[in-house]
Amino acid sequence: MTPDRRARRDAPPDPGLARHDPDPSEAAAAEARDAVADAHRREWAYVLAATARVAGDLDLAEECVQDAYLAALDAWTKQGVPNSPGAWLTTTARRRALDICRRQRTLRDKLPLLIDPEPANEGLDSSFAPPDPFAALGACLASAGSAPPVPDDRLRLIFTCCHPALAPEAQIALTLRLVCGLTTPQIAQAFLVSEATMAARVTRAKKKIAAARIPYRVPEATELPDRLRAVLAVIHLVYTTGHTDPTGTDLMQRDLVACAIDLARMLRVLMPDEREVRGLLALMLLTDSRTRARTDEQGRLVLLEYQDRGLWNREQIEEGMSLIPQALRGGRPGRYALQAAIAALHAEAKTYQETDWPQIVELYDVLMRVWPSPVVALNRAAARSMVYGAEAALAEIAELEQHGFGGAGRSTGLAGYRYLPAAKADLLRRLGRTDEAVAEYRAALSLTEGGAEREFLLRKLRELGAEERLGDSADSYEE
Amino acid sequence: MAEYMILLFDDEAAWAAASPEEYDRMLKAHGRFQEQCVELGGKIVNSNALQPTSTATSVRGDVVTDGPFAETKEALGGYYLVEAADLDQALAIAKLVPVLKGGVEVRPIMVF
Repeated sequence: MTPDRRARRDAPPDPGLARHDPDPSEAAAAEARDAVADAHRREWAYVLAATARVAGDLDLAEECVQDAYLAALDAWTKQGVPNSPGAWLTTTARRRALDICRRQRTLRDKLPLLIDPEPANEGLDSSFAPPDPFAALGACLASAGSAPPVPDDRLRLIFTCCHPALAPEAQIALTLRLVCGLTTPQIAQAFLVSEATMAARVTRAKKKIAAARIPYRVPEATELPDRLRAVLAVIHLVYTTGHTDPTGTDLMQRDLVACAIDLARMLRVLMPDEREVRGLLALMLLTDSRTRARTDEQGRLVLLEYQDRGLWNREQIEEGMSLIPQALRGGRPGRYALQAAIAALHAEAKTYQETDWPQIVELYDVLMRVWPSPVVALNRAAARSMVYGAEAALAEIAELEQHGFGGAGRSTGLAGYRYLPAAKADLLRRLGRTDEAVAEYRAALSLTEGGAEREFLLRKLRELGAEERLGDSADSYEE
Repeated sequence: MAEYMILLFDDEAAWAAASPEEYDRMLKAHGRFQEQCVELGGKIVNSNALQPTSTATSVRGDVVTDGPFAETKEALGGYYLVEAADLDQALAIAKLVPVLKGGVEVRPIMVF
């Protein structure tokens, strides 16, 4: 690969390019820019997944897709936006991949991406299968214009990106890069690492896919539950990374949220029978519906209890709620479906006090069996406090701290869990046990690094009349 | 098909303390594994068990020392060189390798 190509690959399609075009119509250029940006968001995974099948190599596929988007700016400005931008981009990217393959026959020896031959697919799939990868080239070029890409190519792509043999952070980076089409600098920024670190992470993961022959395919039925769990975990983590910093000022964080929701929507179309896919999409939509109410004008965190429910996004709530019945139906529901159901009960409640707390407690009981974890244990205790009082909830937390939780032979403690002191502090505060509450808020503060969460704890301390004496670290949070 | 080296890492103390019955059980388990590997569509190209690290000698430059190259709780105790279609198949095979307390590492063989 030539150096200039490598440099170009990291750059998103530059909308400014169209302006240098001698073509007169500014309106046409604007339309093309919009269409390219739209296609980048909607069709990236589709185009890349279909191109990877022809290119037989993720790096080459990515480069060809990037080139196709650049070519689209120019072509669509001159000739108008095609009826099916995705098909146009796919055809262009695949032609380019085939051209390059033809010229660099050595590519065959370069540990290509492992693609299952699927004879049902009009010879497209065998275009890269040994012994002669180029036998089907003519047929492939001929059909590239008309034949739609195999519908599950995007699934292959995401399952390859989220293969358990790749490190979790590499799975996320690859998914954002290859499936969502984010650039390496964007991903680096979102995960607070240097561009060089992120680029190395992506390169290493791609090399492992090729060298260890991680296959480009959807797992078989027996492996599917585990493998799908890994994919959903990646999507959920992309979402929480975007959602956790609630200041809302950082556009990148919103992009991550949008990527996660787009990914879940895509999976829902491709795997309509998977209940947890619905569950996860519902959970993200319902959680995201509260975004505008999560912070006040000063960008400070507002807890559910004090949120202005009029600011909640009703459209997202409706869409999220519509997914839940089918996510819950048919056997024991998964963790995402249950979490979504809990979020739905909050979404339906007129006020915090009028929330159906007994049902929420019941759902947490089931969730605790499906997914025993500190976060569920604490949330269940908080929900129980709304039904049985703060005293009972405190006793339950004390019990959890002492004996842990989890099924037989698998006991997990709460010790060191950073939300533990904050949860206790809130219950103590409600019981009027101010001194103990202050001590717990201080303990929480010592475990918290995030700006908005620290600010929240400091505010709670001030409300309880406690001066913060942590010194240096508190200075930057003064009003 | 591609070749993968499955490296067996196990607790040497556990092996040293194993009763003759347990030893025999492990040997039989390895015999069974070799059949299962074929059933999964893989092929064992070569395999060997190694003498314990107490018999190892390391050489770094000109310096010869007694013991393994790197001291670890679970030491390299043997290997299977297998042929598999892809990493998924190699991992399916690797999951069946009998070990006492440790686990295995799967490494693709470099193709030049």
